[in-house]
Amino acid sequence: MSVSPANEGGRWRALSILGMKVGKLIATVAITFLGLLVVTFLIGRVVPVDPVLAVVGDRASKSTYDAAYIALGLDKPLYHQFFIYLQQALSGDLGTSVLTKKPIVEDIARVFPATLELATAGIILGTLFGVPLGVWGAVRQGKLPDQVIRVVGLIGYSAPIFWLGLLGLLVFYAKLNWVAGPGRIDIAYEYSVTQKTGLLLIDTAMHGQWGAFRNVLAHLALPATLLGYFSMAYISRMTRSFMLAELGQEYIIAARVKGVAEWRIIWIHALRNAAVPLVTVIALSYAGLLEGSVLTETVFAWPGLGQYLTNSLQNADMNAVLGGTLVIGIIFVGLNLLSDLLYTVLDPRVRRRT
Amino acid sequence: MSALSTRDWLLSDRPASRRQARLGQAYRTWSHLRANKLAMVGLGIVVVLILMAIFANIIAPYDPIRGGDLRTERLLPPSWAHLMGTDDQARDIFSRIVHGSRLTLMVVALVAVIATPIGLAVGTTAGYFGGWVDTVLMRITDIFLAFPRLILALAFVAALGPGIENAIIAIAITSWPPYARLARAETLTIRDADYIAAIRLQGAGSTRIIWGHVVPLCLSSVIVRVTLDMAGIILTAAGLGFLGLGAQPPQPEWGAMIAAGRRFMIDFWWVATMPGIAIFVVSLGFNLLGDGLRDVLDPKGET
Repeated sequence: MSVSPANEGGRWRALSILGMKVGKLIATVAITFLGLLVVTFLIGRVVPVDPVLAVVGDRASKSTYDAAYIALGLDKPLYHQFFIYLQQALSGDLGTSVLTKKPIVEDIARVFPATLELATAGIILGTLFGVPLGVWGAVRQGKLPDQVIRVVGLIGYSAPIFWLGLLGLLVFYAKLNWVAGPGRIDIAYEYSVTQKTGLLLIDTAMHGQWGAFRNVLAHLALPATLLGYFSMAYISRMTRSFMLAELGQEYIIAARVKGVAEWRIIWIHALRNAAVPLVTVIALSYAGLLEGSVLTETVFAWPGLGQYLTNSLQNADMNAVLGGTLVIGIIFVGLNLLSDLLYTVLDPRVRRRT
Repeated sequence: MSALSTRDWLLSDRPASRRQARLGQAYRTWSHLRANKLAMVGLGIVVVLILMAIFANIIAPYDPIRGGDLRTERLLPPSWAHLMGTDDQARDIFSRIVHGSRLTLMVVALVAVIATPIGLAVGTTAGYFGGWVDTVLMRITDIFLAFPRLILALAFVAALGPGIENAIIAIAITSWPPYARLARAETLTIRDADYIAAIRLQGAGSTRIIWGHVVPLCLSSVIVRVTLDMAGIILTAAGLGFLGLGAQPPQPEWGAMIAAGRRFMIDFWWVATMPGIAIFVVSLGFNLLGDGLRDVLDPKGET
């Protein structure tokens, strides 16, 4: 049977709507990106530090100073300066770090894998523990497991992460010696690991360097557990409330009437539906871990983006600070977008509404 | 009129005056809140914090800035003379924590005072006018939301220079977007109400309608949200202090005290542990109180 013309028209309409939606999405991302650049640009302008002095030093002659002033484009009007900044940022040039004398982009590419490894380990732990805990709490609403989640959540929301990190180091490293101390890897192994991905766990496993692998794991254990705990607090709480909403639905009653086993109802029927909004929550807490890493990395001397940012801050290296801020902003926007897209893919109801 | 108890007067279903109605409403909210034990614990913690800040000079047994004898009173463990021990400058940690409550309270109060009006103004304006005003304002809000809060605050403090005032400004600048969103959502539900139309027909201008008739209705949900955020504000301020970007030494700011105690954490654990407990207890208090308030004032909120 051939497709009827009416149906054909419907398909075209659906396609054009989808096209419009994608176009709108791209426009939104572009505007947000532009906004991020405006914010970092403006922050860069209000700095009391004279950007020319940072380049030429405070003993430069008047003519050198003036030359640098013009070379930096500071004689041009503000909107022109922003245009130059925009052009540079779009071509992947975020300026040079005063501290390391290297391009910011290069610096960030070097330190980012460390943060990525830590945050990923954290989110895996947080999801592995948070989701079952949340489901358990929803099933036993008001009983002991539910109270446990509440307490876990409250501690997670209230305790300063850097303080828990310090206590963790004191107890598990200094007193009990269960885990390795600050840093990513012992100095003894530092130069023996062939870095390919920058993720040390994968690098060492790929080359069969199991001694180094165990050492990396011992270093990773405490900070990853800590970040995992903070994301678990959020994930378990949200899982609980999503599951409660699902368990009250009529299809659950229908399944019970049909005689479906209780574990199947909980883990297959209900959790599958709760999983859709949960993806967004997990993506958001992944992004949140990148933020939490600033403090965690400082405590654990973890050579990642967070420590790079704080180091640059303490040395008034504005280019590096703004570059790092921009990169984290972009990752944040990207993860948000990704969770939106996943939402559409996972939930047929959202898809049909296009 | 026969002798009415105060309670009957408050709970009367036919209030004789606007004041009676308002007081009655407040009383009902309060009795709901009082039934929530955890919220009461939270309220207790917050009240103690406030009292501690007011009477810091009386409560603190020693000077928070000037230390004791550097030869004999440095890094003493907790004892009756020094409840929480002393730090490396021979200062009594308990006294410093008591005085630090002033800084904490100041940060929370100022951030709330700065960020709430900004959020309300942006949100209600966007919601009331709609159209391109809405689009522009909400785009700006989204851009601020696109940065993680602590990171944006870090960048602002880096630009403005470290110090407690700048930390407060930075935290306020990063705090308003959620309030704007909330206020906008509330405004959307009330802007087409008949009474708004009635006021407009009487010739009231937009500014008057927004601040006189829309904002008061958005206020309660925004205040609940601000209370819920206070723990986050305290933690951000402590984080900035820990990184050396908030209050500067010798100010007794709790986050900065942890940073100072970090160097001798292993041998003298109390120096960094005590201020951390203070931060934890206070943000726990605000969290409990905020949760309770949300349950009472905003029944739509999550379970």
